[in-house]
Amino acid sequence: MQVSVDPDRCCSSGQCVMTVPGFFEQDDEDGLVRIRPTAPEPAQYADVRLAAELCPGGAITVTEGAEPVGHAGHGPAR
Amino acid sequence: MTSTPTTQAPLLPARHDTRCPFNPPPAYTEAAATGPVSRAELPDGTSCWLVTGYQEVRTVLSDSRFSADVRRPGFPFLTTGQREILAVTPSFVRLDDPEHARLRRMVTGDFLIKRVEARRPAIQRIVDEALDRMTAAGAPADLVTHFALPVPSLVICLLLGVPYADREAFQERSRLLLSIEAGREETARARIELLDYLGELAVRKREHPGDDILSRLAARDDLTPRQIATTGVLLLVAGHETTANMIGLSTAMLLRHPEQAARLADPAALPGAVEELLRLLTIAHAGVPRVALEDVELGDTLVRAGEGVIAMLSTANRDEELFGGGDRLPTDELDLDRDARRHVAFGFGVHQCLGQPLARAELQIALATLFRRLPGLRLAVPESELEFRTEAVIYGPKSLPVAW
Repeated sequence: MQVSVDPDRCCSSGQCVMTVPGFFEQDDEDGLVRIRPTAPEPAQYADVRLAAELCPGGAITVTEGAEPVGHAGHGPAR
Repeated sequence: MTSTPTTQAPLLPARHDTRCPFNPPPAYTEAAATGPVSRAELPDGTSCWLVTGYQEVRTVLSDSRFSADVRRPGFPFLTTGQREILAVTPSFVRLDDPEHARLRRMVTGDFLIKRVEARRPAIQRIVDEALDRMTAAGAPADLVTHFALPVPSLVICLLLGVPYADREAFQERSRLLLSIEAGREETARARIELLDYLGELAVRKREHPGDDILSRLAARDDLTPRQIATTGVLLLVAGHETTANMIGLSTAMLLRHPEQAARLADPAALPGAVEELLRLLTIAHAGVPRVALEDVELGDTLVRAGEGVIAMLSTANRDEELFGGGDRLPTDELDLDRDARRHVAFGFGVHQCLGQPLARAELQIALATLFRRLPGLRLAVPESELEFRTEAVIYGPKSLPVAW
C-alpha cells in the first residue's frame, strides 16, 4: 500500500489523525496533513483506507497492491 | 427554477414531531424514504432540492460545483440569519475557496488535535467546576443552564479571549442568529451588536495581546477589523450552540438508556460512544445550504445551475446500509458500540467543522464526568414534558430538569 497526501487540499479537520494516529500527523503550525516516512503497517491498512475515504478535502490517496521497494514514494508530502 | 414544487414538497425548515424528540422532523425521513434527492420549498416560497442520501450529501458538500457562497444567485436561505449575512461581511463558512481556505487557515492552529489534547486538563477543570456549582445548589437543577451551556461557553471564551462575564449578552444574541423564527430586524441587530462587541475587543487586544485567537487575529495586518470580528462571531456562535445542544440532547438520550450510559465509564469505548451520539442526534437539523454553480447529475437527478440544495446531515447519518446491518440495532436507535465513524454530523468537504477535535474532547469529558460523578442522574420531569429548540437551526433541549 502506498499513501500520498496533497496539502493543498487539506482543510486540517484532523479526521485522519483521529482515524490512524501515528501514521497521519498535523503540522504543528498550520495543521496540514503529514505522513510518517515509512509505509503503514498491514494492521493499519483498513484504517488508512477509512482515513482516505473520510478525508473531507480528498487530500489522501491510497494506492493498493504496490508493495514498498526501498524508498518508494511514501515520504512526507511537505 | 426549472420545476415547481408539488403539494407534497415539504416546507423547510420542517417541523419536528414532538412525540419523538430525538428524531429528525418526519418530513425529512419521509423524503429520504422516497429517494436520495427530492423537492422542497424554502421559507421564501422558492423551491430547492432536499438531499437526504448519504453519498449524495457527501457529494454536495465536497464537490466544488456546489457553492457555499451566500452571495451567489439562487442561494437557498433557510433563516433570516443566513440572508442577513448578505448585508455584512460573510464569515468563511459562507465563502468558497480560495478565500474560505485563506481565512480558515488563520484559525486552524488553535483547533489542531495536539493543541486540543493539551487543553484536556483545562476542559476537565471547567467540567468539574460546573458540576461542583450545580450540585452545591442542589437538585433539581436545569442541566442546560448549569452544565451543558456553561461548559462550551467557558471553553470557547478561553480560546477566543472573550470575557466570560459578558456571556449573557453574547449567548442571547448567538441564539437569535440561529433562530428560524426571529425577525429580520432582530437578527440584523444581534449580528451587528456581536460584530461591534468583538471588534472593540480586538482593538483592545491589539494594544494588550493575550494568548488567544482574537489577539492572534488582531495582530495580523492582512485582515480588516470587520473580518476579525466576523471570524470571532463565527467561532463564538459555533462554539456555543453546537456543543451545548449536543451535551444536552446526549444527556437526555442517555437517561433513556442508563444501561448504555455505563459504557461511558470505559475509556476505550468512550470515543466511539461519542461518535454514535453525534451520528444519531445530528443536531444540525435544518441541513446545510449550497447552490449549484453548473448542471450536476446527483444520483438520478439533474440539479441545474443556480438551483438551491439543502444537504440533510440527519438523514444521511441514518443510512441503513452504512450504519445498520449485522447484529446492530436499527439506525434510529442508540447503540454506543456501533462503528459510527463514517457519520457526517460535522459536515463533509472543505467546510467540515473546524472545531471538531474540540467538540469531541468536550463531549467525551463532559458526558463521562457527568455520569461518573452523578450515577443516580435522572430527569426531574417526565420526558414528555421536555421542550426542544424546534425554532433553531441547531436542535437540542431548551432545558433539562434533572435530579441525582
